[in-house]
Formats: sequence, C-alpha cells, structure tokens
Amino acid sequence: MLLIPCPWCGARAQIEFTYGGDATLQRPAVDATETDWVQYVFLRDNPAGAHQELWQHSAGCRQWLRVSRDTRTHEILESAPAVEASPGDAR
Amino acid sequence: MKYSIFSLARNALSYHERWPLAWRSPRAKSRYDVVIVGGGGHGLATAYYLAKEHGISNVAVLEKGYLGGGNTGRNTTIVRSNYHLDPNAHFYEMSLKLWEGLSRDLNFNVMYSARGVLNLCHSPADIDAAMRRGNAMRLNGIDAQFLSRDDIARRIPNLDCSPQARFPIQGGLLQPRGGTARHDAVAWGYARAADARGVDIIQQCEVTGIRVDNGAVAGVETTQGFIAAGKIGLAVAGHSSRLAAMAGIRLPIESHTLQALVSDPVKPVLDTVVTSGAVHFYISQSDKGELVMGGDLDFCNSYAQRGNLPMIEHVIAACLALFPSFGRLKVMRTWGGVCDMSMDGSPIIGLLPVKGLSMTGGWCYGGFKATPASGWLHAYTIARGEPHHLNAAFALDRFERGEVIDEKGAGPTPWAH
Repeated sequence: MLLIPCPWCGARAQIEFTYGGDATLQRPAVDATETDWVQYVFLRDNPAGAHQELWQHSAGCRQWLRVSRDTRTHEILESAPAVEASPGDAR
Repeated sequence: MKYSIFSLARNALSYHERWPLAWRSPRAKSRYDVVIVGGGGHGLATAYYLAKEHGISNVAVLEKGYLGGGNTGRNTTIVRSNYHLDPNAHFYEMSLKLWEGLSRDLNFNVMYSARGVLNLCHSPADIDAAMRRGNAMRLNGIDAQFLSRDDIARRIPNLDCSPQARFPIQGGLLQPRGGTARHDAVAWGYARAADARGVDIIQQCEVTGIRVDNGAVAGVETTQGFIAAGKIGLAVAGHSSRLAAMAGIRLPIESHTLQALVSDPVKPVLDTVVTSGAVHFYISQSDKGELVMGGDLDFCNSYAQRGNLPMIEHVIAACLALFPSFGRLKVMRTWGGVCDMSMDGSPIIGLLPVKGLSMTGGWCYGGFKATPASGWLHAYTIARGEPHHLNAAFALDRFERGEVIDEKGAGPTPWAH
C-alpha cells in the first residue's frame, strides 16, 4: 500500500486518497485550436519513471496534492499542495 | 511434428523423452520483411496470420522476456463477445469464432471451454441495461440469453441468490458460447504454429529504439543489435506508450496495474464464468481447480506489474458477498499486469502516423479474448497497408475525429473504463 505524505496531515494510507491523474495537463483557452483540445482531452505522456499526478485526501483533509511518484517502483519522490497555499490556510 | 493420438502413443514408447522442441530459438537475422515487437499472444498471432493468410514468413517476433510472460500469462482467461456497440460486437464475435476453431487450426489444445459467461443484475436498472445489450447482441447474431433469479439459483447453487444477500441478484445475462481458454497454451500454440511457417521467434531481445528515416520506419534497435525491417508491428499492450514514443508518437493511453488472484485448488464447484458489474468482480474455476478472480484497477498509473492490497481486499469482499461458501478457501497467489488503458475503453488496432508502423494495443481489461482477431486483423493491416473493415473503427485518429467507441459511456478518463 502506498504511504502518501499529505502536507497537512502527514503520511497516510493510500485508501484515504482519491486519484486525480496526470498533474501536468494544462487546460487550453476556450478558443484554442482543435489539436490543442485533442491533446489535452486524450493524449498522455504516460511516463515510465517520475509521474506528476494529483491526489485528493478525500477521507482526510480533502485537500488536493501534487505528488511525484515513480511508476516503475511506486516510490513517492515528492508531495506538495496542488495549488500555491501555505499549510496554515486549511485550518 | 503433428500432435495427435499417434504421436502421443509413439512418444509414450520412448517415455516422452524424445519430443522435439515446439519451436526453434534462432539468432536474429540482420533484416526481416516484418518485425513484430512483443512475444505475447497478440504478437505471435500477428506473425502466425501474416505467414498463414498472407504468405509473409520472413518475420521476426521480438520478446524482451519470455513468451507469454506479460499480460498473456497474467489475465483471468475469460473469452466472450457480449458487447453492445457494433464495432466491438463485430470484432469480438470474429474473435470468438476464431476461438471456436483455434485448437484444430493450431494443432495445439488451447482448452477453449464454452462454459458460458453470466453477467449478474442487481437492480432494475441493471436488468434494463442487460436486456438492451442482450437485444443488441442478438441483432448482431451473437448468442445472449436472459436468466431469471430462479434460473441462476438452479444453475449456480453456491451463488447467494437469497433476498438477504448484500447485493441481491435479480437476474442475469448469459452468453452460452463465452467461457475460458488456457492462456499459456495460446502463446505456445501460436508460437509453434508460426515457427512451423518460418517465423523467427527471438526471446530475451528488448527493443530500445525505432529508427525512422524520412517519415518511414527503417528498423529497430535492440539489445541484440540493429534489425532492419520495412514494416514494424507493435503488440506490446501495457507498454504501447513507451514503444510509440520511440517513433515520436503520443497515444491516448495510460498504463495501469490490474491485479488477479487464485484460491487454493478444490474439486469442481463453479462451471460458469460469473461477473458482476455492480461490484466489478469476475470469477471462474480453472481446470486445476483454483478459483480465478479479479476486479478493478489499482487506480493510479503504474508499470510495476504488481499492485497493492486494498484492491485484493475489495475483490475478496465482492467474492464473499456473492459466494459466502468460498470463505473457507485460502488465497494461493496474487499478481498484477500492466494494462494499456485507452481513453474510450476500446483498443487501437491499425496504422500509426509513421509509414510502415502499426500497432495492436489499448486493450484495457480485455485483451486476452481478443487475441485471435487482434492478430488476424493486425496481420491484414500490415500485409495490405490498410485496415480491414472490422478494425477500421479502431483507428488511432478516431479520437480527433470524435468517433470514440465508448462502450461504458464513461468519457475520456482512462481509469474509468
């Protein structure tokens, strides 16, 4: 089981979290080209190695995290708030 | 050597010590007409049908590990064609028809067993969806039969059909021709039959790069050196994104772990494949007596070929909710495989936007049953340079054209299919 370090709650078991997928996707502008939208909606880098991904601590503080995890070993390399905020904001 | 009752008797006289090897292990040549990457069921089937249907036998199958050591050896061996959407129905039905004659065609017993696949319904909405899908299947010429709760209770006595069940059973959709097959035998049977037609099977040979000259493939870089080929077919589901990236192509795929497990072997207790969409669970009994079961993905990207315990617990909880009597069994083994989870839940079988490059992949949960048709259509696409009408709908560009094949209606979320 993954032990995911939550910046607010500390290390918690994977079952407290909900996966949010690739964190590197940037939503295109509304008037962006169709190619941009196809890339955003469908295409993925799907790396074998460090993967930037979103997790929500849904059975905990409900904050979103941005986690860097190695998809070959499941080792968690880094964990940080998904949006710029200080941990104090959640309280 | 043709396998038969006579070859069996003849070899019995020599105490089965003189059986010839089922296939050669040649050294890779420097050039082939076609290189297939991936020595699982799909790659070996592609090579077999290239030789058999199209007379192209100067073919190499490159496998980084051993034959059938990837998802071919890691699935739950279920074979079925109970799909709603037309492209899926026609494709998987072609595959099921090939399964029905496969042992004879390959002269190798793949142990296809038409024991029926039953999808349970637990609510009126489940029944409506099953009726709709069953009717669609019958309109497509595929066998489907709706069973009442009492029918199911009679057929599967150890399934908890009581009203007190955690997920009360209200009916089910049966595909009688669905069933199981022996997964390893599929790889071995295709390997032996392809080898007999001149295909070179090269194991322990990992592809590390794809050489592209002027927009066309020139060959593959491997751990055994460069191998030139004008046509390259990828059959590496789980790792399709990695191989396609070697040719500069991004795919609408994420790699996720899917786990399965078996109980210790017991005498025959379950003669049908039983599945439940409500708890996402499927179970059958192997010929060795083990109960083979599986459920959902682990729900985060992974190439690790192993998963975590929460999903094992979920699968066992679902099993015990449906079959309380299995609570006395022990889990003998669990394992994980890496699945290509495509963005619409359907496979990609066709040409890629580099000349001479094609793929069959994106199988999500269901690649094993597709093996014969996937190989047949991939071989057709490679030989003719264009897709067959049965795999035209599974082209890579369907995503940008907006013609996704979303059987589940789950939208572009790769772990929701």
